[in-house]
Amino acid sequence: MAETKAKRFSFLEFKGTAENYLFIFPAVAIFAVFYIYPFYEILNLSFHEWDGIGLTRTFIGLGNFKEIMQDKVWWTSMWHAGYITLIALIFQNALAFGLALSCDRDIRARKFYRVVFYLPPVLSEVVVGLIWQWILHSGIQSGEPIGLLNFFLTKAHLNHLVHNWLSDPKTALTCIALVHSWKGFGWGFIIMLAGLQTIDRQLYEAARVDGAGPFRTLKDITIPMMVPVFLMVMILTILGSMQVFVLVLSMVGQGLVYHTEVPVTRILLSMTGLSRFGYACAQGIVFGFILIVSSFTLNKISKRFKQDEAR
Amino acid sequence: MLNRFKAKSVIQSIFLHTLLMAVAITCLFPLIWMFRSALMTNETVFVDKALIPASIHFENFYLAWTKGGFGMYFINSVIYTVSVVFGIVMVASLAAYAFSRLDFPGKNFFFYMFLAAMMIPLPGSFVPLYVLMNKLHLANTRIGYILCMINVGLSLSIYILKTFFDKMSPALEDAARMDGCSKLGIWRHVALPLARPAIAVIVIFNTLNVWNEYILATLLLNDKNLMPLQRGLMVFQGSHSTDYPLLMAGLSITALPVILVYLFMQKHIIKGLSAGAIAG
Amino acid sequence: MKLKIFLFCLCCFFLFGCMQNTNSNTITVWHWMTDRQDTFEKLANQYQQLTGIEVKFELYAPSDAYSQKIIAAAQARVLPDIYGILKEKEKFAVFVKSGFVADLTEEFQKNEGIWEKSLFAKALNVNRFEEGNIYSVKPGIYGVPIDVMNIQMLYNEKLLKKAGIGRPPRTFDEFIEDIHALRRIGVDGLISGWGELWLLDCFASNYAFNIMGEEKIMATYRGEVPYTDNDWVEVFRIFERLRDSDALFKGIVTKNNKYAEQDFALERAAFAFNGSWCVNVYNGMNPDLEYGAMLPPKVNPNLPMRIWGAAGSSFMVNNSSKKKDKAIDFLKWLTSERQQVFLSAETKNLPSNRHALSSIPEILSQFASAMDDITHPSTWKYNEDPLVTETFGKEIQSISIGERSPEQAAEEVQRIKIRQLERAKNRR
Repeated sequence: MAETKAKRFSFLEFKGTAENYLFIFPAVAIFAVFYIYPFYEILNLSFHEWDGIGLTRTFIGLGNFKEIMQDKVWWTSMWHAGYITLIALIFQNALAFGLALSCDRDIRARKFYRVVFYLPPVLSEVVVGLIWQWILHSGIQSGEPIGLLNFFLTKAHLNHLVHNWLSDPKTALTCIALVHSWKGFGWGFIIMLAGLQTIDRQLYEAARVDGAGPFRTLKDITIPMMVPVFLMVMILTILGSMQVFVLVLSMVGQGLVYHTEVPVTRILLSMTGLSRFGYACAQGIVFGFILIVSSFTLNKISKRFKQDEAR
Repeated sequence: MLNRFKAKSVIQSIFLHTLLMAVAITCLFPLIWMFRSALMTNETVFVDKALIPASIHFENFYLAWTKGGFGMYFINSVIYTVSVVFGIVMVASLAAYAFSRLDFPGKNFFFYMFLAAMMIPLPGSFVPLYVLMNKLHLANTRIGYILCMINVGLSLSIYILKTFFDKMSPALEDAARMDGCSKLGIWRHVALPLARPAIAVIVIFNTLNVWNEYILATLLLNDKNLMPLQRGLMVFQGSHSTDYPLLMAGLSITALPVILVYLFMQKHIIKGLSAGAIAG
Repeated sequence: MKLKIFLFCLCCFFLFGCMQNTNSNTITVWHWMTDRQDTFEKLANQYQQLTGIEVKFELYAPSDAYSQKIIAAAQARVLPDIYGILKEKEKFAVFVKSGFVADLTEEFQKNEGIWEKSLFAKALNVNRFEEGNIYSVKPGIYGVPIDVMNIQMLYNEKLLKKAGIGRPPRTFDEFIEDIHALRRIGVDGLISGWGELWLLDCFASNYAFNIMGEEKIMATYRGEVPYTDNDWVEVFRIFERLRDSDALFKGIVTKNNKYAEQDFALERAAFAFNGSWCVNVYNGMNPDLEYGAMLPPKVNPNLPMRIWGAAGSSFMVNNSSKKKDKAIDFLKWLTSERQQVFLSAETKNLPSNRHALSSIPEILSQFASAMDDITHPSTWKYNEDPLVTETFGKEIQSISIGERSPEQAAEEVQRIKIRQLERAKNRR
């Protein structure tokens, strides 16, 4: 009697686990066909020298990876992406959180703001490229600056600030990073807005009854509740900013000397310019590895942060 | 005392609105510029700096629609976007729910696999992908393109949804389980409605992504009749010459549905604000 | 119920999408020039009425997406009957060697070479592999040019007149003087899309031909002459002089050519360095623009100035296509005089058929008159390693923004050159 019960139990358990697997089955199936196979091929190619077209691929073992280690331009490009990411993490996320916080409150015209703040991600790259080319244009026609930024600087009698924004190594990358942050803050804005909405309103009410001011409420309720969302937005910001390249191409073309190189432009160059597919694949793998490591580190740090908070 | 408090809050709100307005203007400016340029001619588009152009050419929208062959492309894009977004919401929410609430061996392995996939860019993956699609006889078919696009949006969507499921209190689900609701039933009737803000985010992100996708479509589809809307825009931007007004008109037409979807979906992000009395 | 109807409709669309067109009377063409869709379709219609053969133009843009598609299709062995290959001769050679491209030599030489003779030899050379070429491709002609382009300097007549300059400069010193005159009235000098390295490379290459001649350049590519040679430093010095005399438009090194074209069309600069396609571009943006074409002003009076020019785009025939003959017949028809005149008029590009030249607009014939001065990397016996070419362009950018001296730049390029030479040796 007892024996059959145990058997039945384990059968139920098995059925339950199988049922659970069914939930992830569609996702894993699609993933296996459309991701795993190409990934396997790319991984394989990264150990080869191949021009992308020809019938022969030469196996060179870790040759590509060794070369990447010594590829100075590649590591510089990684620093540039890191710099853009840092600015995006600070500037873009602060902006996104501030705006989400404002729109979460009962302020006037918040419906208008909510719609408008999502416009930059919707805009086509073509329009973004044209607009910023115009704003940052450094030329002069009939005595007046063509670029909007320089124009306003002259009008404000700040002539010493008038600058050749995109062709100066000191400002080019920062300009790209700021435009990137502007284009991207809408994403973070929406996720954070949705995150704020899941916070129980009764918590705010309770804090108000306790006499907590807006800053106390923010510090004690909102921010702790938002930690998982912050973490997600940060990881997504890192991914988006490290992989930036369309914006770079539209703002500075193939780049200002080596001062605006980013990893993806290097990968594209290896692939199409230099016809070195194997090397490009190896670069992609190394790049992905770095992204994974940095995201997981961030994950660990935030978990520790959460534990400290709990204590 | 009350007056001083009021004055302080008025100043605060003026300050806040100035800030918000400044950001809003930078967001609106390109949109207005795009729309304005769509009403001009190629000769005046960069010369006439006035906000409202001297001569207005509304016919550009009509021209863009017909010259770009938008009719067919528009229908295609709607089909792709609806099916891909619907597919992603289904597949990703099932998986994310399992990763968040259910238990099974290898759970972490599968979840981190999806996360890792999000991070490794696959340069040149178009070659194996295209070869694969030809082997499966899915090249140049709608279903092939849709499946590929579902795969593209899957990892990110699972990640976002799991984060939100984790944040939600399981009390309601437990109650449903007590009532004898099946796992699938809980997912459908409890978890999904509760995760509405997150689903709205997924829908917004993926709609934009699919609607604007072009590179993969170029790779996988040959037939002009299968191409999405972005193909129509390419008629106005050749490798050398660009017809800016028609391009801007085309871009305005293209941007409109995405903005409408956003307008519709963002309501679901904001729930029951009227109940809360949380004036700043 | 509604959902079911919707799903049913979706299924219908999928099925519709799966139907493949496998008519033996249809030729499929892949190309990247989506802005020529109307023109191509008009021609295809004419051809169908004439012969009953349907020509399907499938156009994909931007060109990056197109080149991905071509590469992927080659791997999957599903190339169309006719297609275009982008970019360098090296890639073209690999396509030929892998057996993806039909050898058209016989067709060109049929009937005493009537087809070959009708086209510009220099345009055809882009698709030709000579005896003993470095790619070890079987000698022959492997592609059909459908139009021709060259890259020259342009000057704005109005602005030159305003600065009191009577005629466009002929020597580099004259050019610098003109720049000073223009500066005095507040006009910028030279604009070009030097954010695209190939255009910068092209400009430098023109001067390299003028300073040292083809033989020495080829010797450099072979690794026999270093980039630190005086003549090459002289090439780099051109950019130093341009920088020091403030001749370059502000921001020129980060401009995409599209934006650069916009600046010249809006009369923000007096000179431009651009290809013959610009006629169409400028005409669209500013039909009243008064400008002329000229060769870049010479530095060295003893050697000729050579500009880049070649086929604008070419069509290749798929070697494994079952409709090879039909495809070739169509290309013969497309490059005959009448169709070339039509193409040239519609797209404002130079025709590849020399007989079609008589009926083109004035500014285009100015470009056409320079066809004797052209050269192109695709027709050279040797080509530089692409990584060295990249460094070369980047170092010139560096000189132009005042970071480096010509000597430093030359040293850096030579360093990469030596590294790449060694690498090539090891690979063998």
